[in-house]
Amino acid sequence: MSTFSAIGEEREIDRDEYTPGVEPQPTWCPGCGDFSVLKALKQALPEVGRTPEETLLCTGIGCSGKLNSYLDTYGFHTIHGRSLPVARAAKLANPDLEVIAAGGDGDGYGIGGNHFIHTARENHDMTYIVFNNEIFGLTKGQTSPTSPKGHKSKTQPSGSAKEPIKPLSMSLNAGASYVARTAAVNPNQAKEILIEAIEHDGFAHVDFLTQCPTWNKDARQYVPYIDVNESDDYDFDKTDRVEAQEMMRTTEESLYEGEVLTGRFYVDEDRPSYGEEKRAIGEMPEEPLAERYWDDDYEWERSHDMFLDKHA
Amino acid sequence: MTDDELIWRISGGSGDGIASTSQNFAKALMRSGLNVFTHRHYPSRIRGGHTYTEVRASADPVNSRGDGYNFLLALGDSFARNPQEEAVYGNEEIKPLSENLDELREGGVIVYDEGLLDASEIPNFEERAEENDWHVYPLDLRGLARDQGREVMRNTAGVGATCALTGMDLDHVQDLMRDAMPEKILEPNLEILQIAYDQVREEYDVDAPDVSVPTGEHDETQLLMSGSDAISYGAIDEGCRFIAGYPMTPWTEVFTIMTKNLPKLGGISEQVEDEIAAAALAVGASHAGVKAMSGSSGGGFALMSEPLGLAEMTETPVVLVEAMRAGPSTGMPTKPEQSDLEHVLYTSQGDSQRVVLAPGTVEEAYEQSRIAFRLAYEYQIPSILLYDQKLGGEMTNVPKSHFDREPNPTLGKTLSEDALADEPHSADGKFHRFQHDVEDGVSPRSVPGQKGGRFLATGNEHDPTGHIAESPDNRVAQIDRRTEKLEAIRADLDTVDTGSYAGPDDAQYGILTFGSQQGTVEEAVGRLNDAGVSVKSYGVSDMLPFPTEQVAEFVESVDEVLVVEMTASGQFRGLVQKNLGRYGEKLSSLLKYNGNPFEPAEIVDGFETAIIEGDGDASGHQTTFVPAAGD
Repeated sequence: MSTFSAIGEEREIDRDEYTPGVEPQPTWCPGCGDFSVLKALKQALPEVGRTPEETLLCTGIGCSGKLNSYLDTYGFHTIHGRSLPVARAAKLANPDLEVIAAGGDGDGYGIGGNHFIHTARENHDMTYIVFNNEIFGLTKGQTSPTSPKGHKSKTQPSGSAKEPIKPLSMSLNAGASYVARTAAVNPNQAKEILIEAIEHDGFAHVDFLTQCPTWNKDARQYVPYIDVNESDDYDFDKTDRVEAQEMMRTTEESLYEGEVLTGRFYVDEDRPSYGEEKRAIGEMPEEPLAERYWDDDYEWERSHDMFLDKHA
Repeated sequence: MTDDELIWRISGGSGDGIASTSQNFAKALMRSGLNVFTHRHYPSRIRGGHTYTEVRASADPVNSRGDGYNFLLALGDSFARNPQEEAVYGNEEIKPLSENLDELREGGVIVYDEGLLDASEIPNFEERAEENDWHVYPLDLRGLARDQGREVMRNTAGVGATCALTGMDLDHVQDLMRDAMPEKILEPNLEILQIAYDQVREEYDVDAPDVSVPTGEHDETQLLMSGSDAISYGAIDEGCRFIAGYPMTPWTEVFTIMTKNLPKLGGISEQVEDEIAAAALAVGASHAGVKAMSGSSGGGFALMSEPLGLAEMTETPVVLVEAMRAGPSTGMPTKPEQSDLEHVLYTSQGDSQRVVLAPGTVEEAYEQSRIAFRLAYEYQIPSILLYDQKLGGEMTNVPKSHFDREPNPTLGKTLSEDALADEPHSADGKFHRFQHDVEDGVSPRSVPGQKGGRFLATGNEHDPTGHIAESPDNRVAQIDRRTEKLEAIRADLDTVDTGSYAGPDDAQYGILTFGSQQGTVEEAVGRLNDAGVSVKSYGVSDMLPFPTEQVAEFVESVDEVLVVEMTASGQFRGLVQKNLGRYGEKLSSLLKYNGNPFEPAEIVDGFETAIIEGDGDASGHQTTFVPAAGD
């Protein structure tokens, strides 16, 4: 038996394998957009051929972090804003794992914003799903980084004086090589985008509009949505950085005017992933580091044999 | 204090090559058969500012800086910025000479570069030299180096002069230059060394040196090594192949040593956006089955509080190193202090479930780095190695044989897929990663990618499969189990015995210390016993779990105990009292927090005044005495 025999296993995968046998009662409210992320992931993972035990899902804190409880893979429910550094280290330690990170808009664009920028910059080969509901849900409805200007809440009683974060533009500028937005109300597109994101060899950022019916909007407010890749009203080349930037800007502004634009905004298939870059400069082993600890024949180096002579 | 010792201080400006020159000189002395110990003082500046390194050399073992020093090589500060006396930083140009006079012993030697330094700018210089019987040698080191076309090589000229004046052969210095210098600069350096040496021997009568280099012999190969080197090699020998970090003085030393070496070992080093990420990466890599570490100094370590707590709750093995410097806040970045003790013990929310070790010497730094990894992985707990700018940067000779040990890459209780199959699972196949009743509280773990091992790691309280759970029974079972690990670790550490004892067993008095002050305390204990004072010392390394029994036994066995530490609030004494719960009336403190480590004489004086003479006001010029409770 190999060390990680779940990895690279070729077999049919049933989407029910991702459902915990004793499924905890979901703590999401009825009508919550988060259900759609769960469903789309359960559909996407079997299609890309990744089994529950070769997948590591790292989440942050908030309603989105509960995803780990309902998707039965290896899971790491980390701390607020820190899913990305945990996830990308796991990918470096064992590049054969399918690593997916997920969190909310406060988690990814607020408290974890620095990690988001740098993970995108480094282009780690992983998928990052941001449950963007424009609100802090679990802590009961405070203004979030993506809440519109003027948003009133107990923490912004006079209406927020801040412009919302522009997550797609931020992602592009930081260096993500796949940037998309989908919506809970569009399950087919969501599934397709997640498949592409998982298969993409680089940092794939999916801004997933998840309505929060309790504190913010219900699903109807995300309808109608428009897929910019299919609509005749929009014509841009998603592989062209400048055109992508323009399209993103339009999309980010129109969201707050009630127009929901979704789709793939930027795709760069040529940029090497961070692992490839790191291997190219000789700073990462060819074989997954995690496997070495199980290799009985590996001769572990000693400082005594390698580094001490220069001290003599 | 041994009379037969050389304590050579080289001073100049930051960026003048003081560190490399002193390192080579220390190594030359070590190769000549002597024991050496270095102490450095430098500002937080890229270029300029007064800096010095002291090299103490003796045939006897040396584990501390000395009291003052006896040979000054004062070079110019080529980057001095403020020539005016009234300037905030004073007259920097003259500092390499003026700043170093107070600690120069009577009968000491001064060599200064008269090409850059004008002794007449120092008030009463000649009178002071006469009073103290200093032997002053103004030499135009800069001019000498310039004549050979390389003004920056005046360091080498200074070393040549030192050799001539102390009666030291050039052989070892020349050998080292050949080892360390690229071809291009080697020849001119060797020439300058020889010319300076010859010139001094011609000009002065050096047959009876004012301060001479002692002679000694080693019976096995010695290595000149710093605490930062030793910590790094300990990590490597434990199979650590992943480090993540963000630069911060003085932790950067370990980070750069690991970063330089890991690619040669097929390992990975990551320089990341901040220390939150750094510690989180170490946790993520370890979760995925790799032996991993991170680290920082005070302010950076503060950012690691959250991932540290996550490692505790998810029982992810990880080693963090914390290189203390003077705080609070940015404090004094290049100056040692031990005042992060409480920070490291208690930071992060909830009850601390971690190991904290504070090695006392370079040898212990290697050993305890290994112990920190072993405990982290065997008991699935974060281990912190707590040291400071002093231990990290000081260099001393360690026998090479100390490192001749087997590597230990084992991951601890991590199951193979075969073994996993025999462990408890839920009906749906979820592995019970966090079982309630297990030996030593350690529940075996799996690694992502293994068949039959999937579970959820979470910072929330959780049930045996890892699912979030808040039932009171489960909560108590889980926290009790995690606490049980600390008891098992204490028992484990008792078999290793990381403590360091000096002085006679039946001594009347005791000195307690922790971490990097150990060597200095032990030298003071030696001197006190030589002077007829019956005293012993205990350098404690295990901060958490604390060796309560051993410390209680030590305190019980003596009349009074002086606790020596580099903090202003007596944090270590507080820790001792917290753990012992009594003996408050026996413990007094000698503290130093001015940015410089203790000198042995300060401990000797403080001890004699406070304990022997019973003077309640035993504070020294640079030290503070705090009497025992009830006094």
